[in-house]
Amino acid sequence: MSFLAQADRALIDWGWIDRNSSPITDRLIEHLYLTVLAVVIGLVISVGLSMVALRYRRAYGPITAVTNIMFTIPSLALFALLVPFTGLTVLTAEIALVSYTLLIIIRNIVAGIDGVSPAVLEAADGMGYTRRRRFWKIEIPLAMPVIVAGLRIATVTTVGLVTVSAIIGLGGLGFYILRGLQTFFWTSVLVGTAGSVVIAVAFDVGFVFLERSLTPWLQRSRP
Amino acid sequence: MSEFVSRVGEFLGAGSTWQGSGSIPVRLWEHLWISTLSVLIAAVVILPPAVFIAHRRKGALLASSIVNIGRAVPSFGILAIAVLWFLGVVGLGPWLAFPALIALAAPPMFTNTVAAFETVPPGVVEAARGMGMTERRIITGVELPLALPVIMEGIRIAYVQVIATATLAALVAGPGLGRFIVDGFAKRRGEGELFTGAVLVALLAVSIEMAFSAFEKMVTPMGIRRAGNER
Repeated sequence: MSFLAQADRALIDWGWIDRNSSPITDRLIEHLYLTVLAVVIGLVISVGLSMVALRYRRAYGPITAVTNIMFTIPSLALFALLVPFTGLTVLTAEIALVSYTLLIIIRNIVAGIDGVSPAVLEAADGMGYTRRRRFWKIEIPLAMPVIVAGLRIATVTTVGLVTVSAIIGLGGLGFYILRGLQTFFWTSVLVGTAGSVVIAVAFDVGFVFLERSLTPWLQRSRP
Repeated sequence: MSEFVSRVGEFLGAGSTWQGSGSIPVRLWEHLWISTLSVLIAAVVILPPAVFIAHRRKGALLASSIVNIGRAVPSFGILAIAVLWFLGVVGLGPWLAFPALIALAAPPMFTNTVAAFETVPPGVVEAARGMGMTERRIITGVELPLALPVIMEGIRIAYVQVIATATLAALVAGPGLGRFIVDGFAKRRGEGELFTGAVLVALLAVSIEMAFSAFEKMVTPMGIRRAGNER
């Protein structure tokens, strides 16, 4: 059983990582690309659907029900469902990845807007704000912490899901998880997993800073 | 397109699709028992300590750390690590997926149990204590019934997650519906098998999710159900 012998080798083969540093970098870039593209498209669609849900309250139930079903479908199954139609392409990966971001982002946009205090809205109305101006100048900024929190969760979740797209020939660093799993090669699995964690943590930290810069009033009030 | 439809028809028309060791009923059954057993084992292992910690309102920080870490670590990576780790112990076969599935099922149950106990109003617990209830009675008679819906939600999240990851386990000779997807990818004209497998996995996950949501509503005590409707 040759694979057992291979699995018994040293956990991390630094020489292998060194020899593969260039393709690993390429996969890292692919991972970032697939993640950012999915979150940006997901955000655009979510903003649109949230506007609909905020304007027509009755639409919110069906929108969350449908996005929740999309969220429940296992990623491998969703990629496989799309392959006969869109092939082994970035489009296939993105349709699936975007659909997973929708539930999280929409829920947070709507919750964020709903969480704005009625007293603040009344004050804005009293100052003569129009509905549209009130929405963009008062409601959106005040809802920003909750919206950014949703984007943060969606992004970190997407980083993990990108690894599964290795099955359709993409995957970013997930490529190394899949290959390591099939060849029983520890180093490859660990490079893929640890790399994905590092990307997720980097995005997480980035969002904390983004949230701070978008809510200066919360920072000033802290001693 | 018509070629794709005929591939699906071909696969669904084949006798081996419906009978024998690799048929849909057998694979569905494998998927179900592997997922269910993993969730049950994880529940038996994690819920008692989770309830103990949650009763003392001690797990909040631990729970939020688990949520954050759990989100950053890809479940595909956890599966791969657990498979390589246990390969020497259990060898190739259906049991190889279990450690990963149990490891993935436990965290949502723990964090939801802690969150569920946090939602029990402190006044209610104090009133129970004032009535002379023992701590054990407070847990079983007051806190658990009130916390049950959110605990059930944790079990549901774990279950759906395990069904998804059990699909991935097919990549390493695991059984279950994932085999159709993995084999469908590998075969030259496997689109029919691939698509059918994907539909079955999606249906299974969505039906478990829906059945559990209905079950959650059933176990919600009358008192908090009414309060929830008023909001």
